[in-house]
Amino acid sequence: MEPIRTIESRTVVIPRENIDTDQIIPGRFLKVTDKQGLGKALFSDWRYDAGGKPRPEFVLNLPEAQGCTVLVAGDNFGCGSSREHAPWALVDHGIRAVVSTRIADIFRNNALKNGLVPVVLDPASHAKLLAAPGAKVRIDISSQTVALPDGTTASFPLDGFAKYCLLNGVDELGFLLSQEEAIAAFESKV
Amino acid sequence: MTAATDARRARTLFEKVWDAHVVRAETPETPAVLYVDLHLMHEVTSPQAFSMLRERSLKVRRPDRTLATTDHSTPTLPRLPDGRWPFYDAQNEAQVAQIERNARDFGVELHGLGDPQQGVVHVFGPEMGATQPGMTVVCGDSHTATHGAFGALAFGIGTSEVGHVLATQCLLQRKPRSLAIRVEGALQPGVTAKDLVLAIIAQIGVGGGTGHVMEFTGPAVRALTMEGRMTLCNMAIEGGARAGMIAPDDVTFQWLAGKPRVPQGAAFEAAVARWRRLPTDDGAVYDREVTVDVSRLEPMVTFGTNPAQGIPVTGRIPDPGAEKDPAARATLESALRYMALTPGKPILGQKIDVVFVGSCTNGRLEDLREAARVMRGRKVRTRTLVVAGSHAVKKAAEAEGLDRIFRDAGAEWREPGCSMCLAMNGDMLEPGQYCVSTSNRNFEGRQGPGGRTLLASPATAAAAAVSGAVADPRRLVEG
Repeated sequence: MEPIRTIESRTVVIPRENIDTDQIIPGRFLKVTDKQGLGKALFSDWRYDAGGKPRPEFVLNLPEAQGCTVLVAGDNFGCGSSREHAPWALVDHGIRAVVSTRIADIFRNNALKNGLVPVVLDPASHAKLLAAPGAKVRIDISSQTVALPDGTTASFPLDGFAKYCLLNGVDELGFLLSQEEAIAAFESKV
Repeated sequence: MTAATDARRARTLFEKVWDAHVVRAETPETPAVLYVDLHLMHEVTSPQAFSMLRERSLKVRRPDRTLATTDHSTPTLPRLPDGRWPFYDAQNEAQVAQIERNARDFGVELHGLGDPQQGVVHVFGPEMGATQPGMTVVCGDSHTATHGAFGALAFGIGTSEVGHVLATQCLLQRKPRSLAIRVEGALQPGVTAKDLVLAIIAQIGVGGGTGHVMEFTGPAVRALTMEGRMTLCNMAIEGGARAGMIAPDDVTFQWLAGKPRVPQGAAFEAAVARWRRLPTDDGAVYDREVTVDVSRLEPMVTFGTNPAQGIPVTGRIPDPGAEKDPAARATLESALRYMALTPGKPILGQKIDVVFVGSCTNGRLEDLREAARVMRGRKVRTRTLVVAGSHAVKKAAEAEGLDRIFRDAGAEWREPGCSMCLAMNGDMLEPGQYCVSTSNRNFEGRQGPGGRTLLASPATAAAAAVSGAVADPRRLVEG
């Protein structure tokens, strides 16, 4: 993983609540045995019509959405299944941070393992972003803050270890592997 | 875990299981290292984890704690005369072949296609006695919550974490908060665990349990069979909780006795004595508590596009106009637009096109019995798929003649698998079709692009099948 310190981008806003992982990437795209190229299936049933043509009105298809790396969504983003294909698809599409008032547990864990930053904001700050699609934001991992378009700053929670991993571009497995002695000791007691 | 630490303070079931699996305690800087007793696996969320092992030249640390099956991509039609399986497409076939190769290369026990134990991962694991009270159980599947019915701490993980568990048998976890769901009263005849869990989710919302482990307590939960308890815990994730748990009791121990992987004889008695210490201590404190009274609960059915959008089967479709919160109103409007349902109309009598009985939520023997009780001597008026959760369930159902009841009614009696729950294997709805389904998710397109799902119990699904419309099962079994 590449280290991440800041993310600066205009936002793409999907104001819906409870965007589930089946919307992020429908089940029929989970038949792969690798993780490459899933970005084309991102929000597939919202992005394309039954014939596979892009729906011009869907926000990700708008010209101004191209190149945006921050997705702002309604409450309870990423609920549903444990499919890591959801963050894989978002990251492959170029999204680096997801902003909501609540992010589902499994999705949040999966996102962090792929350098996708889950940003949970207070409702008032979140409402400012919902009201200003395409606004420029700056997310700072180190200070755990988002610079909002109105000049104010909002903070978000981030687990200390997850933050360390993001800032240094390291994954958790290395740490777990370094625990071998403790794991072996635990097993010998059971 | 010694008697002395037990006595130190009153703890919940969840805390006891958590504490007993901490390899390294959490600090502000690092999460806890949590030991995993049982790692279940299927073909969809594991291939990239095995690729990671290969890239880093790692082995599976404890193949003896790893157990795999195939269920999502597998066909539910029987094997072809030439011995091949009728896969829907080449990708499904390649995915199944991949887990077979991975299991062989890494020494993992796989009960795949053609194996008499094969089944939906959350059906076959308990059947094998692999899931036991007090264990930590994980799987790359959000419905791993099912196994909490045995008093295990069981939750879904992503594929990166599947790799972590394969390599180290451990996960890095922050301790979740605890949420007690106390279920008061007794379920009326014809009202089941599925109705109960749909009612709970309707009350707390799809994100209501986020950050928490749920423990279901109270007389209505104690009165449930193991099958009912599995249905209840299975859908904890639909209320946002990664895990649901129920304290083990005599119902649990009787169910486990004699299962292949459960200790036998004196070792079983010793295990039961240990398991009896798991229930939440008097005076233990949960972070949150919710009470649900089920005395007047009716069969439930969902009308919308998330599992919290459920109403009694005798109820009316809610009116977004009555919703004051703009975000909630938009959510409701969007759901009704997708479902093409009219506010204020009774859900009873809503025409449907397909019925699906099966899944890790309701694909067990008791579920099939419930559906058969309604279908017996009647004819289905819609396409109806009945898919046993495992080969063991299928065999037991056939021994009781349930398959004859389904076939005589005109339903399709299929081979075990996840099937139309998530439509990965070609069992899917056509755009616009309505399906009363015993599965767990009514998300847009879940059962096929454009498909419309109404979640319900097996009895309600069977009633819909023989009526061609949403129907009240209580009217069909009493008469």
